[in-house]
Amino acid sequence: MGMCVIINVMQAIEFKNVSFGYGDTDSRQEVLKNLTLTIKQGSFVALLGRNGSGKSTCARLINGLLTPNEGTVTVFGMDTRDKKNLFEIRKRAGMVFQNPDNQQIASIVEDDVAFGPENIGVPREEIKKRIDYALKATGTEEFRHSEVARLSGGQKQRVAIAGAIAICPDILILDESTSMLDPKGRKEVIEVVRALNRERGMTVIDITHYMDEAVEADEICIMGDGVILAQGSPSQIFAQRDIIMASGLELPVPARIADALKKEGLPLPDGILTKEELSKSLCELLQKI
Amino acid sequence: MLSDVTFGQYYQADSFVHKMDPRVKILLLIAYIVMVFVAKTFLGLFATLIFLLVTVVASKVPIGSVLKSIKAILFLVVFTAILNICFYSPKNGDTHLFWVVYTEGLISAGFLALRLVSLVMGSAVLTLTTTPVSLTDGIESLLKPLSLVKFPVHDLALIMSIALRSIPTLANETERIINAQKARGAEFDSGNIIKKAKALIPVLIPLLISAFRRGDELGDAMDARCYSGSKVRTKYKKLTLTFRDLVATLVVAIAITGVIMLNAYDAQIMLMLAKIWG
Repeated sequence: MGMCVIINVMQAIEFKNVSFGYGDTDSRQEVLKNLTLTIKQGSFVALLGRNGSGKSTCARLINGLLTPNEGTVTVFGMDTRDKKNLFEIRKRAGMVFQNPDNQQIASIVEDDVAFGPENIGVPREEIKKRIDYALKATGTEEFRHSEVARLSGGQKQRVAIAGAIAICPDILILDESTSMLDPKGRKEVIEVVRALNRERGMTVIDITHYMDEAVEADEICIMGDGVILAQGSPSQIFAQRDIIMASGLELPVPARIADALKKEGLPLPDGILTKEELSKSLCELLQKI
Repeated sequence: MLSDVTFGQYYQADSFVHKMDPRVKILLLIAYIVMVFVAKTFLGLFATLIFLLVTVVASKVPIGSVLKSIKAILFLVVFTAILNICFYSPKNGDTHLFWVVYTEGLISAGFLALRLVSLVMGSAVLTLTTTPVSLTDGIESLLKPLSLVKFPVHDLALIMSIALRSIPTLANETERIINAQKARGAEFDSGNIIKKAKALIPVLIPLLISAFRRGDELGDAMDARCYSGSKVRTKYKKLTLTFRDLVATLVVAIAITGVIMLNAYDAQIMLMLAKIWG
């Protein structure tokens, strides 16, 4: 068994009738309205929605950076409102933020990755093993002794993921962690996260704007105005074009190309979402001609 | 170019001094400072300078970089020297040159200037051979006993480490803001000093606001990574003393003893030298 393999099977995260707003009770702007959502252990969930739809608020409610005004959020059965649970919850739900420059503590990569394990009191020898593991899982071993400031955006963000997984969490939350990266950096990060999900059974919650990223997920949640508008597998979700449009989102590029081609009269099948599916159907079509 | 500020003075090399434990280096710097103050005569001061020269050679740092450190305090050195010459209170038998200037005054001013210069060069050797990160580690480790009297050593070290790591981020940010303001027609290079200082206000205010915003986010990120500042915390980095540190300590101890001896036997040595030279 490798390091940090997750075994128990239960609901990882449960939102029950959660309402949340920033500000005082009387002048509160509701961001989440009576939201109920469960996320299964080991799943890869993409949380989509336009700016201000409450996605990031959801992320912060999970690890107790925020607590709900009404309703409950539980992580592996632990209520986030109970302050005694916070340490344990944060140990089990790691989070990577949007800006790579605002979540780094030490100057050198290995020291930064060590910060989390140090905080939870892991012995020195074990920390060394965890750094090895986290750097290997994120493909950043070669930067071990480098200055974080010298790395590219994608590399910095992978180091941030290493810092989060060195705590050995069961859940990894990406709060728009790829939004400040170029396509190459984005690909690097998503590949790492996908592998963590597949190979180590880590539950991943990816909050994103990018549809091609969402297509990779097992499940998609679309949020709008503080409620869940739709939830389901990528093919189920992208079949509901009206909801996609209504929530201000766009279909993935291959799906849009397929739509346009169909409009021009090409007999393509429904439900094309990825580049691979599009090229496969086009090849099949060519062979028929 | 602004982002190069990070690396401060550090001169990358693979040397005996670079590989020393930062704690030992800090303590030996203190010992060196004591040595400079113990030296009562020019002979003693020359001996400390020779010791410094040996250290610089062992550190593979070009002597030019060490000398450059004097530039920063040149004004201070000249200023104190002049004050010392002007306010020298003559004793019987001193040679009067002109106005308030005495030969003995010149000598004591020169001695003081040399002392200051040796101090600064010694400190430069420390900062040139030690990265800011290991310097912080060294300071934290040395201050550890203070935690017994409830001094927040760990917090202080964390603050220093975050400050260090923020330098490149803030330097980049400054550059970005300057460029943004330039694009809107701001001028930073023209006018007198007051005008130039005023031109910096539209840079400093956005920088300050963004620093607060970053700090806020960093706080969340620390929370998310289970930071509680509590006693359960362990430490990954461990500083270890090596044979090298023992050797260096011995060398410094011998040097200090030498300087003290020079103080005591200064007159005899001078006499001997005078005889040799006839």
